[in-house]
Amino acid sequence: MADLLIVLALTLVVAAATAAVFTRNPARQALVLALLGLALAVVFTVLQSPDVALSQLAVGSALTPLMLLLAVRKVRGRGRHDGRAREPR
Amino acid sequence: MSKKARLWLLAVGGIGVAVLLAFAVFDLPGFGGTSHPYGDRAVRSALARHTANAISSVNFDQRAFDTLGEESILFAAVLGTVVLLRETRDEHSEPPEPVHVDPPVRRYALITLPVTLLIGLYVIAHGQLSPGGGFQGGVIAATALHLLYIAVDYKALEHIRPAAAYAVADAAGEAAYVLLGTAGLLAGSAFLANFLPYGTLNTLSSGGTVPLLNAAIGVEVAGAIVVLLARFLDQALEIEGGGAGGPRRHDEEGRR
Repeated sequence: MADLLIVLALTLVVAAATAAVFTRNPARQALVLALLGLALAVVFTVLQSPDVALSQLAVGSALTPLMLLLAVRKVRGRGRHDGRAREPR
Repeated sequence: MSKKARLWLLAVGGIGVAVLLAFAVFDLPGFGGTSHPYGDRAVRSALARHTANAISSVNFDQRAFDTLGEESILFAAVLGTVVLLRETRDEHSEPPEPVHVDPPVRRYALITLPVTLLIGLYVIAHGQLSPGGGFQGGVIAATALHLLYIAVDYKALEHIRPAAAYAVADAAGEAAYVLLGTAGLLAGSAFLANFLPYGTLNTLSSGGTVPLLNAAIGVEVAGAIVVLLARFLDQALEIEGGGAGGPRRHDEEGRR
């Protein structure tokens, strides 16, 4: 029973990680990364290490995707700004 | 170096790492066995020092010096972010306009904010007793504050979150850890030694210096994460111009 849970959780991680690699849009990738963090947290919980699972959940599912989204917004904003600056030409 | 030589170098290095990894993996004990020599010893020492959460005992007592290194990495990384993401001379700040928030989103975020904050503080306070501790709780508490940005807007978040105060908290947490370590040195044994009475197992005040070091980490991490996100949010929402040169291009056009 425990083995089945571990296999299921690891499969979830592999699926989420593969999806993260194949997602080309950075904003969407941040969401997939959050799911990957969640899947890793499940693995750590199943393997009886709740301390690591908590860290993974807080950093991998909340903090990293948030920073990625903010960085994407900044980069896109700059592109828009340049576009506006060039318009009068 | 030519491209071919670089590829060869990469191949040699890659194969070397692969061989070493393979040797190491085949020498590991089997997955999920019953023999855990390090685990047994760590749990025994943790119980001897009346710390119910063995992981916290390893982090803040048996290997407290490692944790000093880790928190210093976070401290230095956040310091680097603050320097890199500051407002430069050719940039300017514009407060973002208030945006419309859907009532269900606002309600959900406003309800979850205090709950999440409380969970974060609980996880910090009970680091020596149950899973979690200063690092996990600090991150949870810091991200909880940002639910206000989702519920209302950036201006509201800036009101409850003076970034300068959190930067001071970040430094104070780091300093408290080093000072507690030095106190261990002065109390007679070694840097970061557990010199306080161990207390009663499974109570809030158990574990000697563990709860204090844990709290120092909690303050440091919460401060660090808030400052880190503040710099990212400032860049994404407020600071405009500079970089690849929006305004500079304006100047060139003016001259033409």
